[in-house]
Amino acid sequence: MNASGWLQLALYVGALALVTQPLGRYLCQVLDARGRTGLDPVLKPLERLTYRIMGVTPEREHDWKQYAAALLLFSLVSCVFTYALLRLQHLLPLNPQGLGPVSGHLAFNTAVSFTTNTNWQSYGGEGTMSQLSQMVALTLHHFTSAAVGIGVAAALVRGIARSSARTLGNFWCDLVRTTYYLLLPLCLVFAVFLVSQGMIQNFRPYTRARLVEPVRTLVEARNDRGEIVPDADGTPMMEERVVEEQVIIQGPMASQVAIKMLGTNGGGYANANAAHPFENPTPLSNFLQMLSIFAIGSGLTGYLGRMTGNPAHGWSVWAAMMVLFVAGVLLCWWGEARGNPMHQGLGIVADDGNLEGKEVRFGLFNSALFATITTAASCGAVNAMHDSFTALGGLVPLFNMELGEVLIGGVGAGLYGMLVFVILAVFIAGLMVGRTPEYLGKKIQAFEVRMAMLALLVLTLSILGFTAWAAVSPWGLAGLNNAGPHGLSEILYAYSSATANNGSAFGGLNANTPWYNVTLGLAMLLGRYLMILPILALAGSLVAKRSSPPGAGTFPVAGGTFVLLLLGTVLLLGALNFLPVLALGPVVEHFLNAQGQRF
Amino acid sequence: MKAFLSELRGAVLGTLVLALVTCGLYPLAVWAIAQAAFPDQANGSLIVDTDGTVRGSRLIGQGFTGAGYFHPRPSAAGAYGYDAANSGGSNLGPTSQKLHDALRDRVAAYRIENGLNEADRVPADAVTASGSGLDPHISPRNAALQASRVARHRGMSVEQVTALIQQHTTQPGFGVLGEPGVHVLELNLALDGKGRRMNDER
Repeated sequence: MNASGWLQLALYVGALALVTQPLGRYLCQVLDARGRTGLDPVLKPLERLTYRIMGVTPEREHDWKQYAAALLLFSLVSCVFTYALLRLQHLLPLNPQGLGPVSGHLAFNTAVSFTTNTNWQSYGGEGTMSQLSQMVALTLHHFTSAAVGIGVAAALVRGIARSSARTLGNFWCDLVRTTYYLLLPLCLVFAVFLVSQGMIQNFRPYTRARLVEPVRTLVEARNDRGEIVPDADGTPMMEERVVEEQVIIQGPMASQVAIKMLGTNGGGYANANAAHPFENPTPLSNFLQMLSIFAIGSGLTGYLGRMTGNPAHGWSVWAAMMVLFVAGVLLCWWGEARGNPMHQGLGIVADDGNLEGKEVRFGLFNSALFATITTAASCGAVNAMHDSFTALGGLVPLFNMELGEVLIGGVGAGLYGMLVFVILAVFIAGLMVGRTPEYLGKKIQAFEVRMAMLALLVLTLSILGFTAWAAVSPWGLAGLNNAGPHGLSEILYAYSSATANNGSAFGGLNANTPWYNVTLGLAMLLGRYLMILPILALAGSLVAKRSSPPGAGTFPVAGGTFVLLLLGTVLLLGALNFLPVLALGPVVEHFLNAQGQRF
Repeated sequence: MKAFLSELRGAVLGTLVLALVTCGLYPLAVWAIAQAAFPDQANGSLIVDTDGTVRGSRLIGQGFTGAGYFHPRPSAAGAYGYDAANSGGSNLGPTSQKLHDALRDRVAAYRIENGLNEADRVPADAVTASGSGLDPHISPRNAALQASRVARHRGMSVEQVTALIQQHTTQPGFGVLGEPGVHVLELNLALDGKGRRMNDER
């Protein structure tokens, strides 16, 4: 854990703090149907035209049920749209590699995955998706799923801020304004910057390069049908081959990567995601990609503070998120820097730490930081392979997701997830002092607490339920790349990632099978919509209540006591739910590793 | 019912309009700006020979095994490594027997290749596979350990090779972001351009 790492951590947190208020201020304008921004001259006509085509009256606001119905309808339609494009990609243009149609279960998994802002990828991008599929079928959801999440967060904040009202805003208006005024301009600038660093943006077929030194190699012999030929013992026959070419991918990558980060989507263009040198060419591109994952989520805490007229509350929520986040970074970094004692025993330089699955240009610290950010938010992009992290280094991303990704979190999803914990924290504080709990002037009653608990229980049930099922099923075990406790971690990681709508993976797990694709798809749907529905119901209940001014006995929702109580609530619920399974996975693996046990 | 149909219209047409804007206009705008401002980067930072043959990308590593070349990190991309259309890591975990055995063999091979003793420690990047399998860099320490082998096989002095290593070392961005790395492909191309290539013992 060197000085340069500490300095980079300070730079990162400092930069994030700097962008929080400007973005929060801008979000107030974007998320107001009558808001004004400097981009109005360009975008207002486009916005009006879009409403006219869609037949939307932006002034007509939705109550919570109408908001939820519009949201579900839009998600369904856009999901079907993507499913259809993937199934038909071989008939559609922009497919220079001549890739075939995507299989049914994979198309279902992928369409659901992108619609729910998960971006779990059971496939490798380069060899499965045509340029049209990448650019339209998938990128559409990069924008809209992010905008939907931000819309839900805005609806909940309006529910808290408005007094004795009925409506939470217009879903279509939130969707369109967030996409046009927030995401598009940021992405345009960011994408061009990424190209300047070396990211590709073109519509060419893959380039064939003649290798500087042809590589002589042994590969598994294949017959005419492309099947591996076994010898008498059943092991694959090997044949020598001289490889003279390298096929270099091309395509519209920068435009997709910009929104994949800003929208906390995480679905990569290439299989290796942000570890791929095109997808993350330099340490500077890496730093700004990490910043862009957190930027909007962090700005939303500023939005919360402004909208509720209590900026200190926004900062307090931000501070609680940051404390847990930095603790995660430090644990992950420590684990990776300490490295693997078993491997060091083989004669590897101990100070180098664990470099399996990491890039030289990022090194230990930036890999650990990226892994913690991408799972604290619901991003899921990776610049190193989490599967090869040390046991404790890999525990951090896993635990981040199981907390519900509330440390900054996915755009929108992080804020509404954290507000669920805020409501529970306030409720617990109320119980302790024996008063009806209040949150920013709104009474928290049985209905609110029920909805908050429902949202949390869905997360727990889906993760633990599906993991338990897969861990005792032949189809679940067939996909494993690692044995022993690490195998359980692979399964647990997959369902945590799917349910929390993260999308990163312990990538060794071969999840591109009908069972995995379908169960992971279901976990994503549960984790997204059974979370959003109770939250909108909560917002609908809060918005109808009258705001009363704070009295002498009101529990303050800003300052150190509140931050501590909130931290305690998050940790207590997260830890109680998941410690047993974590003990069977990464924790036991850590001790076995120290003893030199291998699988 | 009327309300439902009106929302359905919003969903269908909204999908189409947003697809047009975010998946049509937006990537085309980025493409146009990128091709005008950064054509080299936007098209893959390709290294092209004098005769127009593409030899690789400056960002993407290639495999090298000859003794007169610097060797990159082990790669898990594709069946034979450094397959740029199949990026990925080994995804083997900390207690994996397979990873342990591979590391053991690579450590032994690295020591033999570079004339190290049993007691000499081997840089981690020299024996571990990167996340992408296409890592273009190795650590400066790894490059320094390979320098005398490369110099010997090319009939160059170690000082000459060390100077080339330094020319092709990327320092952390702004002196603080990321880690220093030696660019293997560019370094090997520079070697080919400079010294004669001796027999590679292959």
